[in-house]
Amino acid sequence: MKIGIPRALLYYKNEKLWTTFFDELGVEYIISPETNKEIVNAGANLAIDETCLPTKILLGHIDWLKDKCDMVFLPRVATAHGYGMCTKFLAQTDLVSNTFREHKLKLVFYNIDKRGTKAEYKAFKKMGKFLGFKRSQIKFAFFTAKQAQLYYEMFRTQNQERILQESKKNKVLVLAHAYNIADAFIGEPIVRALKQLDCEPIIAEYCDAKTCIKASTEISKTLPWAYNKHLVGAVSLLKDKVDGIVILTTFPCGPDSMVNEMIMHKVKNVPILVLTMDAQDATAGIETRLESYVDIINFKKERENE
Amino acid sequence: MNNEIVACFPQWANYSHAFKYLFEHGFDVKYMTPPPITKRTLELGSKNSPDYVCAPFKYCLGCYIEALQNGANCLMQIFGACRLNYYGELSEQILRDMGYNFHFFNMANIKWTSPRSIMENLRVVNPEVSLVKVVKALPTTLRIIKVIDKFDNYIRHNVGFEVKEGEMESVYKEFSDKLDNLKNGRELSKLAKTYYKKIKQVQLNKPAKTYKVGMVGDYYTVQEPFSNYFMEKELAKMGMEVYRDMNLTNTLVHNQWKKRKKTAKKYAKYSMGATANFTVAETLMYARAGMDGIIQVKSFGCTPEIDAMPVLQNISRDYKIPVLHFSFDSQTSETGVKTRLEAFYDMVVARQK
Repeated sequence: MKIGIPRALLYYKNEKLWTTFFDELGVEYIISPETNKEIVNAGANLAIDETCLPTKILLGHIDWLKDKCDMVFLPRVATAHGYGMCTKFLAQTDLVSNTFREHKLKLVFYNIDKRGTKAEYKAFKKMGKFLGFKRSQIKFAFFTAKQAQLYYEMFRTQNQERILQESKKNKVLVLAHAYNIADAFIGEPIVRALKQLDCEPIIAEYCDAKTCIKASTEISKTLPWAYNKHLVGAVSLLKDKVDGIVILTTFPCGPDSMVNEMIMHKVKNVPILVLTMDAQDATAGIETRLESYVDIINFKKERENE
Repeated sequence: MNNEIVACFPQWANYSHAFKYLFEHGFDVKYMTPPPITKRTLELGSKNSPDYVCAPFKYCLGCYIEALQNGANCLMQIFGACRLNYYGELSEQILRDMGYNFHFFNMANIKWTSPRSIMENLRVVNPEVSLVKVVKALPTTLRIIKVIDKFDNYIRHNVGFEVKEGEMESVYKEFSDKLDNLKNGRELSKLAKTYYKKIKQVQLNKPAKTYKVGMVGDYYTVQEPFSNYFMEKELAKMGMEVYRDMNLTNTLVHNQWKKRKKTAKKYAKYSMGATANFTVAETLMYARAGMDGIIQVKSFGCTPEIDAMPVLQNISRDYKIPVLHFSFDSQTSETGVKTRLEAFYDMVVARQK
């Protein structure tokens, strides 16, 4: 039995958790390759026009995987950190099984529907039993995997904090969801371009989730989405420590469409650039915009020094 | 600011009568019936809201601005399972930055498990609010909603077959004028009875075989006639019976969520968020009832409805029923909608032959 893991959406949030879990159980799996133009096009052909870009990419990855594995791994996560999620995470299993109905695509997934700390373990236990493993095996694999994910995130956070303190370059906070910033098609070109322009990109996603969620109330009190709370919290924690904020959104992301506006209304003395990406890639245009944005940061710095 | 509190909730179908009763008899404040939505409302709304937020937000914001200009000083917003949860805070922020001064009753702020939080938030509307009065006014409010939905349903099924055009509308207008000055629940039963009789007396010329069409879609767009370009009226004019089950009665008064989720189970195993399961279940119900077509209306970028679209396409294939998708933004042309509806009607008629 071979499980296919699409490199999209929740993969970027739970990368180490998933791979370690399957490694520990000895399940064979393949991960789809980094997003490229073909995958995006395949996804765009399968999806409804108005679907957001990350979902299109997810469909593209599943399209790539569908003949190469027995089952596709696609969890449904309805809550995280005690807060709600964008409805696309609630709907993704049903969406995929309906889109790929003719292919008789088999899905394997866990479903986190309830809040609380034990919900995730229970969901994994159910999935493990479905795959035919014993309870003790699943328990060991899950907690090992959870630890791996935790250490991975902690390492990321510490590394970034060190950069934030030591770096003398222009620090730019890049605000984007995990599945956007790490995607080879959406986020990577932006981070690369920022580095080329002699800036230090600070990734909001790498900040500690719990502290960020607590800090987010400073900007918005009733924000319902966990992942957006994380990003907004990073803004309120770091807005005095960075020279600029780049908001990277995909078209037409529902939560971001409102949260970006809120950030623009609340954060006033830091230059903010909003970049919106869609299935048509036009990196040249974005590079030009980033260049002029960095010029503004430099100009502002010079003025303050005078 | 004037001491008198004038509350206003954005225009939403015909429910302003119910809100009016709740606020005047429960909260003891004046209620302003929101000005009807016009092109100007939408322009005001879309000018001041973010680019690709869903259209209902633009309508609400436009309504708020017009209400504030007309003298309202207490606005409110409900909460929901999708972006609707964040409507309140964002529109409050936008309006405050525009320089308006007002109270904002945001239901998303309330922690429903804490009585203190509930009281604190209710006091935003009226500092001297009495919880007893609000609770006493609630049953009648819910009954008003039920009556309104009953009337609307009857009109929706029959208005296309009137002998004298506009008769039903004039009866309904008379009824809603009286509904605005309602004093208590007892009066409501009498009023509903007399006018239901009256509206049933309107002469109809209904053929034995009529074309039936079901409407599904996102919460606001399917309910507010302006936001779907008066599609129900347009369909009725062509001589179609329109069915729509998405209303406040089915979501608030007698919540059908569990039933609908069960109905949709064959196609959507889990909750897909907001109204998606309602849409799927209602489409299935209409398909099983042997209707001639289904129209899905939604605002541009409504994530739950977009996720429901592949499911609707599967249902369409399985039950051999045509499904037409409409996506509305602030700039959809009226003629385009009309042309597509006419083509849909022609197709439905041709399929029957």
